[in-house]
Amino acid sequence: MTNPNNATNTTVHSAEFISGHALSIPTLRLLKDDGTLYDGAQEPELDKATALKMYDTMVFTRVLDERMLAAQRQGRISFYMQCLGEEAAIVGSAAALDDKDMIMAQYREQGALRYRGFSLEQFMNQLFSNEKDLGKGRQMPVHYGSKDIYYMTVSSPLGTQIPQASGYAYAQRLRGLSNVTLCYFGEGAASEGDFHAGLNMAAVHKAPVLFFCRNNGYAISTPANEQFVGDGIACRGVGYGIKTMRVDGADILAVYQATKMAREQALASNEPILLESMAYRLGAHSSSDDPSGYRSKEEEDEWRKNDPISRFRLWLINKGWLDDAADTEQTSQLRQEILDALKVAEKVAKPGIEHMITDVYAEPTQQLQQQLNELKAHIKKYPDAYPVTAGRID
Amino acid sequence: MAKMNMLQAINNALDLAMAKDDSVLCFGEDVGHFGGVFRATSKLQEKYGRERCFNTPLTEQGIAGFANGMAAQGMKPVAEIQFADYIFPAFDQIVNETAKFRYRSGNEFNVGGLVFRTPYGGGIAGGHYHSQSPEAYFAHTPGLQVIVPRDPYQAKGLLLAAINSPDPVIFFEPKRLYRASVGEVPEAYYELPIGKAEVVQEGSDLTLLAWGAQMEIVQKAADMASEKDGISCEIIDLRSILPWDVDTVVESVLKTGRLVINHEAPLTGGFAGEIAATIQQQCFLHLESPIERVCGLDVPYPLALEKEYIADHLKTYEAIVRSMNF
Repeated sequence: MTNPNNATNTTVHSAEFISGHALSIPTLRLLKDDGTLYDGAQEPELDKATALKMYDTMVFTRVLDERMLAAQRQGRISFYMQCLGEEAAIVGSAAALDDKDMIMAQYREQGALRYRGFSLEQFMNQLFSNEKDLGKGRQMPVHYGSKDIYYMTVSSPLGTQIPQASGYAYAQRLRGLSNVTLCYFGEGAASEGDFHAGLNMAAVHKAPVLFFCRNNGYAISTPANEQFVGDGIACRGVGYGIKTMRVDGADILAVYQATKMAREQALASNEPILLESMAYRLGAHSSSDDPSGYRSKEEEDEWRKNDPISRFRLWLINKGWLDDAADTEQTSQLRQEILDALKVAEKVAKPGIEHMITDVYAEPTQQLQQQLNELKAHIKKYPDAYPVTAGRID
Repeated sequence: MAKMNMLQAINNALDLAMAKDDSVLCFGEDVGHFGGVFRATSKLQEKYGRERCFNTPLTEQGIAGFANGMAAQGMKPVAEIQFADYIFPAFDQIVNETAKFRYRSGNEFNVGGLVFRTPYGGGIAGGHYHSQSPEAYFAHTPGLQVIVPRDPYQAKGLLLAAINSPDPVIFFEPKRLYRASVGEVPEAYYELPIGKAEVVQEGSDLTLLAWGAQMEIVQKAADMASEKDGISCEIIDLRSILPWDVDTVVESVLKTGRLVINHEAPLTGGFAGEIAATIQQQCFLHLESPIERVCGLDVPYPLALEKEYIADHLKTYEAIVRSMNF
C-alpha cells in the first residue's frame, strides 16, 4: 500500500457504516469441565513434569491467597489481593514462556512469580515489608518484583506497564535477544490511555511483546459493560493491526497453547500479539473490597463451577499423572509450610532507617543525607514514638 | 573549538553520545528523517539508522512509557517531547514511574539511562501552549534530575552529563535561544557537573539568581544596575533545578546579604519559592532585605501581552533597586 493515509484504497459509492460489532471474536477452549478434551481439540505438547509444575503452582497460589487474605483479616499484613479464578490464565501463560522473557504484571499475577521460582520466603518478606524484602519494604503488599527471575516490580498506577513493555521488548529486539516481554493487565486497565499508547507503539515499532489481558468481568465494582461496548478487548487488537486471540482463561491448556504460539510468532516476525483471557474474578477486588455490594451470590456461584484448578486436576487424573489422595495430602502440607513461613517473616525486622533515602537516586543527594540526619536526631529524642527504628540508630 | 548555536551544540552532543555508546537512542515526534521540528536530531537517522533514531506515533504518554521500558532494559533513550507544554500527558509516566522506578523496586530495576529533552520557555509569541516553563512541577518529584542550560557550551556539556547520569533527567532547552545563542563549543566530548550552580559574575552587593533563557535578562539588569547605580551584582546560573546547589547560593548570599531570583514561570508555586524559603532559613541573620522574586504573573502565558508578562530586565532592575534601598 502506498497511499500516505496508510489505509485501504477501496471505495464504495453508497453510504453505509461498518457496524461497531462487525468483529466478533471466538474463544479458544480445549478442555471441558470434566477434564476431557473437546472433539477436534488438539492437546498441546506438555510433558508430565511441566504439567505437574503448572498444577502445583496453581494450588500454591490458591493456598497462599487463602492464608494471606486471612492474615490481612487478622491485621497481620496491611493489604492483600487474590488471584482466585484466574490461576489458569496466569500459570498457563507463564509456563509457555522462556525463563528469560520479561514479565510485566499488573498485580494479580502471583502465579507467574511462583512459576519462575519466587520462593515462599520471598513472598512473605514482601507481604510483611521486612528488611529481607527485595523492595526494601517500600511498597504495599503484592507489589512483587525480582531481577533474577525477570519479573518487573509491580506498581499501583494502572496500565503504565503497557507502553513500558513495548519499550522493553523493542530493546530486547535491538539487542538481538531471542526473548519476548509478556505484559499482564486487566480489562479495566485497558481503558487507560496507556493501553492505546502501548499497543500502537509496539505495532508501529515492531516490538515482540505479548499483551495479555485478563478480562475477568469487573474492575473493582465496575462491570465490563460499563467499561466498554465493543467486543471485549480482543477486537481492539485488530484495530491496531495486531494479531489477536481470545482464550478461555479457566482452561489452562488453551491459555498455554495460545501463549506458546504467540511467543513463537512474536519472535519470528518481531510483532506484538494480543491475547484476551476470559475468566471471572471469583474473589473480592482486594482485602479492602466487598463484592456483595455490587454483584449477586448467584452469579458468583455460577462461575465457581467453572473452577480452573479442578478442570486441570481432572485432566491430570485422567492422564494418570496425579493421584487424588497424594494430592490432598500435599495440599495440607503446603498449608502448614505457608503458615510456618508466615510466622518467620512477621518476626523479621523492618528495613533500617537509612533505606528511607537510598535508591531515590543512584547515590543519596546531600539534601537527602541531611534530611536523614535530622530525622535520626529527632527519633533519638522521641524514641517511644518510633519503636520500630529507635533502638537501631547509631 | 567551533562556533555553534544551541541547536548545533545539542545535535553535536547527541551525535557524540550515539557514536560512543550503541545503547543511546533518540526518538519522539518528527525526530526521525526530518530531524525534529527544531532540527535538534538532524542527520542522526541517516548516520545511526532508523532503529536508533525514529519517529513515534503522536502520544506523549506512549513516548515516556516506551522510554521507561527501554531504559529498564538497560538502554539509554533520549526521548524528545516536542514542546514542554505537551509533557503533561506524560506526567504520570514521569512522576509515578520514571522517578520511582529505582526506589520502589529496592534497586532491582532502574531507568537511570533515561533523558527527556524538551524545548521550554516563552518570548517567541507562543501563547499558552508554546511558552510554558514547567520545571517546578518536576522539582517536587524525588527521583528526577531537572536541568536547564543557558548557552551552547552549557547545553552540550550538560546534555552529555545527563545521558551519562545514573539517574533519569528532564532536560529543558530554552527554545528562544536555540538559534539566538551562539558561542564557542569544544568539538570533543565533555561533561559539565549536574547539581552544581555556576557563578557567572562575581559581585559584592546583591546575589542575582536565574537559569536558562533568563540568564541573558538578569545579566542585562545587572549591567543596568552597575552603570546607573554602581550596584555590584553577583550572578548565579542555577543550571540544575533538582537537585539544586544550595551551598553555592548560600555562600553568595552570606557575602552579599541580598537575593533576587528571576524565573519565567508564574510566581505561585514557582521554584523561586523553594529557593527563597531555603535561603531565608540558612542565611536569616545575614539578610539585609527581603528576598525578591521576579517571575511571570499567576496567569496562563498570554499572547498579545507577552512583553508585559515576561520577567524582563526592567522588572529585575527594579527589584535590585528595591532590595538595595530597603
